Amino acid sequence: MNKITKQNLITYGIVIAAYIILEILMLTGNLSSHLKGLLVPMTYYAVIAVALNLCVGILGELSIGHCGFMCIGAFSSAFFSKATENSLPTAPRFILALIIGIAMAALFGFLIGIPVLRLKGDYLAIVTLAFGEIIKNVINSFYIGIDSKGLHFTMKSAMDLEMEADGNVIVNGAMGITGTPHNASFTIGIVVLLVSLFVVQNLINSRDGRAIMAIRDNYIAAEATGVNVTGYKMMAFTISAAIAGAAGVLFSHNITTLTASSQYFGYNASIMILVYVVLGGIGNIRGSVIAACILYLLPELLRGLNTYRMLIYSIILIVMMIVNWSPKIIAWREKTFGKSGILGFILRRKKEVA
Amino acid sequence: MALLEVNNLSISFGGLRAVDNFNVQIEKGELYGLIGPNGAGKTTVFNLLTGVYKPNEGIIRLDGEDITRKSTIEINHAGIARTFQNIRLFKNMPVIDNVKVGLAERYKYSALEGMLHVGKYRKVEKEMDEEAMRLLKVFDLDGERDYLAANLPYGKQRKLEIARAMATAPKLLLLDEPAAGMNPNETKELMDTIALVRREFDMTILLIEHDMKLVSGICEKLTVLNFGRVLCQGETKEVLSNPEVITAYLGE
Amino acid sequence: MSFLTYLINGLSLGSIYAIIALGYTMVYGIAKMLNFAHGDFIMVGCYIIFSVSAALSGNSVVGIIVAIILCTLLGVTTEFVAYRPLRGAASPLAVLITAIGVSYLLENIALLIYGADIKSFSSVISWEGVSFAGGQLKIQGVTIVTILVSVVILTVLQLFINKTKQGQAMLAASEDKGAATLMGINVNRTIALTFAIGSALAAVAGALLCSAYPSLSPYTGAMPGIKAFVAAVLGGIGSIPGAMIGGLALGIVEILSKTYISSQLSDAIVFGILVVVLLVKPTGILGKVVQEKV
Repeated sequence: MNKITKQNLITYGIVIAAYIILEILMLTGNLSSHLKGLLVPMTYYAVIAVALNLCVGILGELSIGHCGFMCIGAFSSAFFSKATENSLPTAPRFILALIIGIAMAALFGFLIGIPVLRLKGDYLAIVTLAFGEIIKNVINSFYIGIDSKGLHFTMKSAMDLEMEADGNVIVNGAMGITGTPHNASFTIGIVVLLVSLFVVQNLINSRDGRAIMAIRDNYIAAEATGVNVTGYKMMAFTISAAIAGAAGVLFSHNITTLTASSQYFGYNASIMILVYVVLGGIGNIRGSVIAACILYLLPELLRGLNTYRMLIYSIILIVMMIVNWSPKIIAWREKTFGKSGILGFILRRKKEVA
Repeated sequence: MALLEVNNLSISFGGLRAVDNFNVQIEKGELYGLIGPNGAGKTTVFNLLTGVYKPNEGIIRLDGEDITRKSTIEINHAGIARTFQNIRLFKNMPVIDNVKVGLAERYKYSALEGMLHVGKYRKVEKEMDEEAMRLLKVFDLDGERDYLAANLPYGKQRKLEIARAMATAPKLLLLDEPAAGMNPNETKELMDTIALVRREFDMTILLIEHDMKLVSGICEKLTVLNFGRVLCQGETKEVLSNPEVITAYLGE
Repeated sequence: MSFLTYLINGLSLGSIYAIIALGYTMVYGIAKMLNFAHGDFIMVGCYIIFSVSAALSGNSVVGIIVAIILCTLLGVTTEFVAYRPLRGAASPLAVLITAIGVSYLLENIALLIYGADIKSFSSVISWEGVSFAGGQLKIQGVTIVTILVSVVILTVLQLFINKTKQGQAMLAASEDKGAATLMGINVNRTIALTFAIGSALAAVAGALLCSAYPSLSPYTGAMPGIKAFVAAVLGGIGSIPGAMIGGLALGIVEILSKTYISSQLSDAIVFGILVVVLLVKPTGILGKVVQEKV
């Protein structure tokens, strides 16, 4: 078994171990209902952190609109679940909802990727932010209903749907979707997380993953080496959007009223995910899962910390970026600790994944 | 028929004709040098040959195939690989993976097989590893296979760049100032490496160089560029004894 | 007549965007970084005016002066502490992520000090404005002042860049930092000066923004900041007249789409413009093309 396979297995092991421990605590009644309520969100934040790290750490492009893809996954799947609530049994309905959420997010990832990936760096980042906000605003003005005649759609108001008496408004503008069945569970969340990890970690260790990282490291050299730069960028971005969509499906099937609010899907929410990714280590997939879980749970558990949470995170974010990336500090570290030795080894390992 | 045939190649930037009416014929197996003072347009020729710039006029033929307006990627697939004056490696990737990126066009499996590690994945990866190691051995890099490319010493980075280019199985290898920034020992070693590449892979090489010693030591033929134009072309010895070339290099 | 009113409101909002965009475009042109926290400098400026005015029972002139000074200090300090160490970092994302961190930090400091509830900001301009056509067309004082202030700032900045030594140093540093250093220009000091000017402008923009839209919260600056960046891109990043044109265009589009299309979708339209501009003419209206050397 080679080193990479071992590293991947350790990641799955950590997730499964955490799952078993939490399940045992739950079964033995050692978990407060407050904490139980945090488990599903913890999994979907871990999933979207994996998605974003694929985009930021592996593809090397900063997206600050990833919650937009989560939003698409959430709304498309919730719409499907609501529309078929009375006509399909739970298990196949949820599986279909999951597929629809992922497919829709992937589709939008692909469509948005076409213009976005022609840009670079800061411009790319700000355009992902723009798309994230556009998605949120547009969904906020959707009104969709179903009656005996079929689907009705408008962007004016619920009244303008002009439905029959038996009509049912599913998407109600800024009020969103109410009463999506609560089909997401901690177990399902863990399964989705494991599958996302499996796909992303395998991708990284495949010819496609290497091509993607080659583009990240030097796109000019990648082109000269025959790597289809545009195609691989699209591929990474689409997969990343699809996984974010999966997180959205978990999100919408765990909440009573789904609204496209800034709190969950705005750029500030996307930046929160970015914090998870940066603190877990850019390019370090396992790190972003651990960071997402800890950083999500910690402030929820220590209420006192909640007030200062973002303040502390933002300071850590700034300090980590400077310590890890400042050319002067890197030079100083190498001079002081050398390239070898324990600390040098740790730092180098960090670089290996960065 | 020559392997590389370039006719009347020209490009202007703004009003400046950076390359003007450039012609060259390189036969299979030749080691050809492109020399000239700073700003003569040498790297621009490379960028034209590899599709980074599109020429205003002229035709480039590789092995009879017209590649004039193709993209960088298509030109690589057609059989031209290159290195860069300022080394461009995939710095945060292991040495072996740098080479495997170059191999990817010849060793294929589907994206789905890659994501799930099923089907042909294991077999093809194994073949890639073997081929990559074979290449790394040639360049004496097999001991550093798991190092990050960024952590290699300078001379080895140059070698890795050549190894990566060779991984794409090119018909023609372009080396852009391979000895830039090297000390005499490293330059000597590099000359051995280039000689080795020719022998081992029966490779046709076009190289840009400043270092006259390196050029006269290994190149059979030379083209001298000055202000974007061909000043002189032919056998190395003749070219280097041409008074115009000496003037262009040493000044009045 | 109502269309004319909306148009003038659009011009006023656009002038504010333009002043913010000037800060963005100068910093981007010279330091080559997107200062994501620029919008939050506006918010900081607003809170300073708010607090000082409250302490001096409504004297907003002192408030504005204090805000300009403190915002300038904040800008220079931020640049020195957070951005300068990352100049020349291996990844261009490093400084952008740090800027996002600074933005978060400022918002959360404000949140701790002032709380999340919206403060009502009293306008720094007490002039009622003028009426035309027998009261059918009324232009508010704050609107006129905003437009005038932006014109004055634009003129002064243009003169500063083109006529003074420091301005020329800025131009040189934006072209080529290495060459500028060789010509004896202190690039670090030039970048610091750019941040100082940009941040002082943010304070001015803050005073005008909160006078026109008098609700103040820790997130007041974020969205106008991002939109002003859109304006800077629209006009051509690095170009001072471009920032002005981009700002005005964006303000007018926003107000008109809010009025005639949908207030829900106006942000989507503004961001849609950004996407279209970057695809059709990535260098903006007045920007210039830069290609990476191979």
